[in-house]
Amino acid sequence: MSEQTNKPNPRRFDDERMEHIMGRLLQVGVLVASAVVLFGGVLYVHAHAASPMDYRTFASEPSALRHPAQLFRLVARGDAAAIVQLGILLLIATPIARVVFAVIGFAIERDRLYVAVSLIVLAVLLASLLHSS
Amino acid sequence: MHLELFTALVFVGSLIAGLLGALTGLGGGVVLVPLLTILFHVDIRYAIGASLVSVIATSSGAAAAYVREGYSSVRIGMFLEMATTVGAIFGAFLAGRVPTRALAIIFGAVLIYSAWLSWQQSRNKHEVHHAENPWSDRLRLSGSYPDGRGGEQPYKVDRISAGFTTMFGAGTLSGLLGIGSGAVKVLAMDQVMRIPFKVSTTTSNFMIGVTAAASAGIYLHRGYVDPGLAFPVMLGVLAGSLIGARLLVRAGVASLRMIFTIVILALGVEMIVNGWMGKI
Repeated sequence: MSEQTNKPNPRRFDDERMEHIMGRLLQVGVLVASAVVLFGGVLYVHAHAASPMDYRTFASEPSALRHPAQLFRLVARGDAAAIVQLGILLLIATPIARVVFAVIGFAIERDRLYVAVSLIVLAVLLASLLHSS
Repeated sequence: MHLELFTALVFVGSLIAGLLGALTGLGGGVVLVPLLTILFHVDIRYAIGASLVSVIATSSGAAAAYVREGYSSVRIGMFLEMATTVGAIFGAFLAGRVPTRALAIIFGAVLIYSAWLSWQQSRNKHEVHHAENPWSDRLRLSGSYPDGRGGEQPYKVDRISAGFTTMFGAGTLSGLLGIGSGAVKVLAMDQVMRIPFKVSTTTSNFMIGVTAAASAGIYLHRGYVDPGLAFPVMLGVLAGSLIGARLLVRAGVASLRMIFTIVILALGVEMIVNGWMGKI
């Protein structure tokens, strides 16, 4: 913990510095994800412009949009819905990247307790993603 | 309704939800699902999926601004995320088994409860001194925040297991209803663990994104996230909340908060009535 400094010291790695890098990481992640979603979304609306839509009744999304491996094949073909879905995957990855960075950050601080805590959070996140794919 | 018009209307609605959520500090997610289900007649499962995505976006989008203030605690956040992420998975698991009518009624109850919390928060503010909890230092949760005069104000954390349990509940609600459940997270830190309010709100913002990410994968896999709906909702709420964060002026927020509280209360009642009558 930095006791006397208000501004983060670029040479010393502490919690404050870690949080600044994390903040940037999240900002860049959400920016990239939003750009991909916007691009795919505009294509999507363009392709389905005149067709009536119905969200009243629930029909699960097609399987290709729910599984990352198949999703990438559709993205490569320029499928609009798949591009939006890719952007959403990037968005979900952003907070996960933050936790990965926390593991590294606490390791640099040699704080074993919090390396373990961050690894537990990461394991829960990955378990939920891998279980579902 | 045609897709172009629908997309534009949903975008504007989401933008207003995000703007009001940021201005009042109550979050946009909480009004988003009622907005989509009651006004746009979207199935509650699609609404929850889209809302969850927007919750991650606003949490990450606001992160840099929150970090700059220097109040958030990465340790408290990470420690409590162990509870919220497991809770979120449990909530997402429940969401697949609970009938949509029941989801609507639970959602309504949460809305009414957050309206009540918001009402309470604007009223009582008191500082009481308590004995120090030795686990605050042992778990390295103690910290300090800038006091605004160039110094640092140290703080300790209390009632850790009660806070941890409340956080599990916050995670479950988030995973079940696709909301950030920021109000419950702040309650757990501020009221239960006696963490300073500013530290609680900023740390809660980071936790919201990680918590939502834990259940978002499950929702995506179940097909609750529709690209055509998630697109305007995510970008609308994000834009609204970023504009709201810039506009944030202290004056006038109290009356705005009051109006928003009444809106949340009304939506809560509407959700319960619709759920009860089987319209959702």
